[in-house]
Amino acid sequence: MIIGSRPLKFQVTVDHDQCMLCGRCVDNCSYNVYRMEDGRIKVNSRNCVACHRCLAQCPRDAIMIAERPCDYRNHPVWTDRVRENIYKQAESGKILSGGMGNTGDYPIIFDRIVLDACQVTNPSIDPLREPMELRTYIGKKPRKLDITYGPGNDVELNTKLVPNLKLETPIMIGHMSYGAISLNAQMAMAKAVSRIGSFMGTGEGGLHEGLYPYQNNMIVQIASGRFGVDVNYLNRGAAIEIKIGQGAKPGIGGHLPGEKVCADVSCTRMIPEGSDAISPAPHHDIYSIEDLKQLVLSLKEATEHQKPVFVKIAAVHNVAAIAAGIARSGADAVVIDGFRGGTGAAPAVFRDHVGIPIEAAIAAVDTKLRQQGIRNEVSIIASGGIRHSADVTKAICLGADAVYIGTAALVAMGCRVCGTCYRNLCAWGIATQQPDLVARLNTDEASVNVENLIHAWTLELAELMGAAGINSIESLRGNRDRLRGYMLDESMLDVLDIKPVGA
Amino acid sequence: MSVVEIEAQGMHYTPLNKLIRKAVADGASEIILKHVMGQRFIGDGLTGNVRITVEGVPGGDLGMFMKGPTIIVKGNADHAPGNTMDEGLIVIHGSSGDATAHSMRGGRVYVRDDIGYRGGIHMKQYMEKKPVLVIGGNARAFLGEFMAGGLIVLLRLDQKEPEPFAEMSLASGIHGGAIYIRGPVEKWTLGIGAAAREATVEDLSVITPYVQEFAEQFGLNPAEILSSMFTRIAPVSARPFASKYIWE
Repeated sequence: MIIGSRPLKFQVTVDHDQCMLCGRCVDNCSYNVYRMEDGRIKVNSRNCVACHRCLAQCPRDAIMIAERPCDYRNHPVWTDRVRENIYKQAESGKILSGGMGNTGDYPIIFDRIVLDACQVTNPSIDPLREPMELRTYIGKKPRKLDITYGPGNDVELNTKLVPNLKLETPIMIGHMSYGAISLNAQMAMAKAVSRIGSFMGTGEGGLHEGLYPYQNNMIVQIASGRFGVDVNYLNRGAAIEIKIGQGAKPGIGGHLPGEKVCADVSCTRMIPEGSDAISPAPHHDIYSIEDLKQLVLSLKEATEHQKPVFVKIAAVHNVAAIAAGIARSGADAVVIDGFRGGTGAAPAVFRDHVGIPIEAAIAAVDTKLRQQGIRNEVSIIASGGIRHSADVTKAICLGADAVYIGTAALVAMGCRVCGTCYRNLCAWGIATQQPDLVARLNTDEASVNVENLIHAWTLELAELMGAAGINSIESLRGNRDRLRGYMLDESMLDVLDIKPVGA
Repeated sequence: MSVVEIEAQGMHYTPLNKLIRKAVADGASEIILKHVMGQRFIGDGLTGNVRITVEGVPGGDLGMFMKGPTIIVKGNADHAPGNTMDEGLIVIHGSSGDATAHSMRGGRVYVRDDIGYRGGIHMKQYMEKKPVLVIGGNARAFLGEFMAGGLIVLLRLDQKEPEPFAEMSLASGIHGGAIYIRGPVEKWTLGIGAAAREATVEDLSVITPYVQEFAEQFGLNPAEILSSMFTRIAPVSARPFASKYIWE
């Protein structure tokens, strides 16, 4: 007890004049903050994680949650977080972990890039009136087309095209595994992408039978743990993604705690119930870029060359050279996950300090692939901290073919980004396997929310393109001339290959 | 019973696998691949009950993702035979490379001679699916690393009285399954989370059917093999990393 108690992270107060004693807060809080005692709602603020489930369910707005009403003495270097982490590690001697993405106070490059619009000299396009081509094909494109002209207007294509994924919008949902999130959460997103004509990833948790009806819109993942991977799984997916790394924790493996491996998760992952699901840091059959090619080809061979194969890497210092290697491995797309990418749990030191921002990574990879004349060999999918349609648009202008969203899709289903995913107590039924909590997430309603979000962003993307006088996503991709940097230094402008505002 | 012969000389692996798949679809019960020379991915993702004989040396990832077939290799194999294999049997009349039986989920891989590094790494089991790797000769470092289930049996038959096993990082991070090594094991070879002890008679009954099948494949005497002293390596805990983290 040398260190003793620390200030409350969140203080919960109930306005007893407003409270009608309905008890919804008691029922809804999975962290045991509330109890009904002596005809009053009593609270234990120490348990609160600020997931706001109680606020959302309170019919009388009687609940107030304040963040650190009594804080540590202010200090610009020894911040409350720094001190708190030292206390925890001094007491435990353990690696500090947390949920959700990067919490480091880094400037967001997207917020220092502005988009262009037409004025006078070239007309903008009204998407209400004109068709906007947002359809995106993910996969290899031929270097050139070999065409034979027959009699009349008859044209024959001799070039053999390889399978691509057809997206009606360049917005997909990234890989969040069954285990990390609930089946209802996966189901809701699967329904949404099926209706939209987009895709979502399974993560490294196998494909639950309940998702088979949506398999044509699902990308199955194969990661270092090879959980749930068999030939049936590979054949069901619309595409296969090899996960090498993840933006939230580049260079390290994954670890689903035994508590989250319930009977159903165990069945889908094909491991015993209650055992830890440990994904090693590397794939132990990939120790080189040549080995990666071997795995890419083995997946193509196993599925008779019918499935595009993606390779996902975390954005790290040499991301461009690595992506160029991937482009030559036979892969059809490279997924780059920036350092703001989310996770159910990651060591905080990795989450906050390893990797680079997605904006710089997209630009570097696109530039490198174009310089080497192999941009057509792979599509670029960008992920990690895509928050709204402007981020999507800027990512595409920097060179991405499409984006993966993750956290944004969860937020669309109610997630408050409390960062407590690893406790298996998610009050929203998203990051939990407890049946009573999972049942809170209605898959039909949640799927409409996710669909609405992607639909709205797609509309905004079309509007932004129209304003810039662009009517096809092909003309937006890599169109860095339509970006300007605002308060970015010269070296950053060089990496992004964009001009500053006013230039 | 129909036997199909395929001449593999100079053929790329994709057309070769196509011919194999076609033969299986046409109802072949046995396929003989002649003059195999380094073709990778033979039997990759193949399902069914066919028996394939490989005459020659196959390339890497033999029988990867395979579900059901039997592959008999009349020679050595390259790296990772039985990679992420699901069901079936691979018998190698020779040695194989690194990552043999990598991430294997079910079925059996029998290697007459030696294997390279990382044998049986991250093998795992579920319900009735229990992968088995039996090696007649020696194995290099990282045997059974991250093992989550299944069985590895290392016989070292080239030594009548085997020297103590002396390859590093044996079973490091093991959290399921078991490894049996004929003869003693140097204590320093054990990786994090692995514990070793002399195998009991009861333990040996677990490996007996596989040793018998292995011996049958290669014309050996199983009773003689099983009369030796074995060391059993198993996880200390099913959750080796449970106490590594604290939460923000």
